[in-house]
Amino acid sequence: MSDSSKDKSSDIGSEKGSKVSASSPTQVKKSKGKKKNITRGPGRRAQEARRQFLRSVALTAGVTSISLLGFMPIPSEGKRQKLRPPGALAEEDYLSSCIKCGQCVQVCPVNAVKLDDIGTGFGLGTAYIDAREQACDFSCDGLQCVLACPTGSLTHTLDYTHDTRMGFAILDKPKLCLAVAGKGFKGQARGPDYEGLLRYEEIDRWNPIPLKDHPYDVEICDLCVQACPIEQRYNQCKDGKYPSGDENQCPPERAIGLELIEEKNGVRHMKPVIYDGCVGCGVCEMICPTNEPSIIIDYDKLTKRPLSEQYIAKSKKAGH
Amino acid sequence: MNTYLESLAQLFGRAPRKPRKDELSPAAQKMYFYKKGEKVTKAQLIALHDEHHKNSKNKWRKRRWLTLIGVNLLFVLSFSLDIQLLEGALTASRFAGFHMADLNSALQVMLAHKTVLINLLIGVVTVFIMWIILGGRTFCSWVCPYHLVAEWAETLHLWLAKRGWAKNYTFHRGVRAVFYVIFALLAIVTGYTVYELISPTGILSRAIIYGPTMALVWVALLLLFEIFLSRRAWCRYICPIGITYGIVGVLSPLRVTYDMTDCKHEGDCRAVCLVPHVLDLTIKNRSIDVEVGLGADCTRCGLCVDACPTSSLNFEFKGLTHKPEKAVEERPLMPESHSSSKESAIDEAALISKKEKAKEENV
Repeated sequence: MSDSSKDKSSDIGSEKGSKVSASSPTQVKKSKGKKKNITRGPGRRAQEARRQFLRSVALTAGVTSISLLGFMPIPSEGKRQKLRPPGALAEEDYLSSCIKCGQCVQVCPVNAVKLDDIGTGFGLGTAYIDAREQACDFSCDGLQCVLACPTGSLTHTLDYTHDTRMGFAILDKPKLCLAVAGKGFKGQARGPDYEGLLRYEEIDRWNPIPLKDHPYDVEICDLCVQACPIEQRYNQCKDGKYPSGDENQCPPERAIGLELIEEKNGVRHMKPVIYDGCVGCGVCEMICPTNEPSIIIDYDKLTKRPLSEQYIAKSKKAGH
Repeated sequence: MNTYLESLAQLFGRAPRKPRKDELSPAAQKMYFYKKGEKVTKAQLIALHDEHHKNSKNKWRKRRWLTLIGVNLLFVLSFSLDIQLLEGALTASRFAGFHMADLNSALQVMLAHKTVLINLLIGVVTVFIMWIILGGRTFCSWVCPYHLVAEWAETLHLWLAKRGWAKNYTFHRGVRAVFYVIFALLAIVTGYTVYELISPTGILSRAIIYGPTMALVWVALLLLFEIFLSRRAWCRYICPIGITYGIVGVLSPLRVTYDMTDCKHEGDCRAVCLVPHVLDLTIKNRSIDVEVGLGADCTRCGLCVDACPTSSLNFEFKGLTHKPEKAVEERPLMPESHSSSKESAIDEAALISKKEKAKEENV
């Protein structure tokens, strides 16, 4: 008895709501008719309530398990972990704290910051940088993305560009490198179709220009060294011209330079060498004129472990 | 106090119950007594409805859609034209430089990250105060982009359902509260903002501002589910954002208020409502007073206000809205009744004939 009366009240509450439009007199009649039904047997009402309960359990299980699919990012074969914007916390903390609003995307003057898609699982909506497409060249000078971040995913303890540690460069394919081969470079670094931007202080301090609008002509290719924002700042400071007039903006160490290397077999050639000052901004990867970039950002600056390894470790950890 | 608790309980899924006779205010009892036996034909209702909406069809829906599109457009234009008025997305933004954070997204982040950053807190407090003033779940119907597409999907669903091509499987409303707890626990345990992965609000808002993503496939699947299997399933049974803002809205002075005086109890309002249980008090003998504010689960969308043929449902800002005093005495339905004989047995037949007369006068 108590069961049936409960069902009745809940039915009026929830079910009717969606089906109403009947006028009140017919409603009265209906409930009279149903009373009879209930006394006859277990009752359609009770049955429907049971079904609704089972459906609700199924819905809970279904949606919850779909949400847990975030643990299994679609592995993009051969792809490296993307860079995070300057100041990003360690990957785990970054993913938990990012509120996915894209304010960092909006303030970036070179549109380097983009938002991840659903293929990255819980990385959906988080900001990343694909350096080969468009690297962060620090042309905002003030780390605008860090200032824009409302949650501290991009940590506010970061003050200067040289404090950044997005990654660490590595000469990934020395055989491709033009400098190693003793070759020079003439023309647009990435060809006429490349849309990426780069800031050239001597051309326009405030507005980055398309890379294709600034062709190079060098006897030994040193584009990665020329374009490196840390190297540029380092050199400015050496000349006594502090970036933004602030001595604190001076990087304490160099990031990259061409060195004359003597191999074991006695062959001498130039080679880009990465120093501890490298922050992993990715400008060298972006500007490298070889078809595949000879130099890439693939190491975590702190641990000096490959970012790709970190990515694998992450998916393993998620899979347990 | 009790009404607030009841409002919260219903937000978490309790079905509204029929009040006992002694819970009704004397005025309400009296009014229901005289409404007994009152019959309204469909034709009369339609006439009433047409008369009422001669000049303002879907007034609130138009305003609401404009607002919703306007807010989301402001996000888009702020970025694409770089006017920087409303930067970010619905999950977190800056309005003219002031931090704003979606309460539910901020909650998920705090639970997952277990740290509260001052900027986020400022954004949360700003938005919290804003939605207390504006009505809590007002966010859902006036801002959330998923609500708009779901509304269109709902129209399609109803069209299909009428022809038997779509089903409306209902779920227990309490399941939304269960989801709320599940997503909170998942955030704490996994350290990921798990809900954000499937939040159509966030996915849509970002897609509108930053361009389409594959995640929209998920939103499309949700819409298909709603169109063919369950009317407005996401907003009704799953979305934790609704509960978060619902809780904020419990105390809100902005709400839809029901006045039973002219109500014909025909249920037009419940037929259009996203959360029809808040309108159960429009069923005869269900409202405890002549004038009652709707519960916190109400999204203040105004569809019922548009639908009501008798202006029994209206927006109200407690303490600000000046309602024209309704002179109960003048109403033809209640002739000389307020004086003495409300408990004494009145001849039913006499009453009915009186009412019929009144109705004729009305028509």
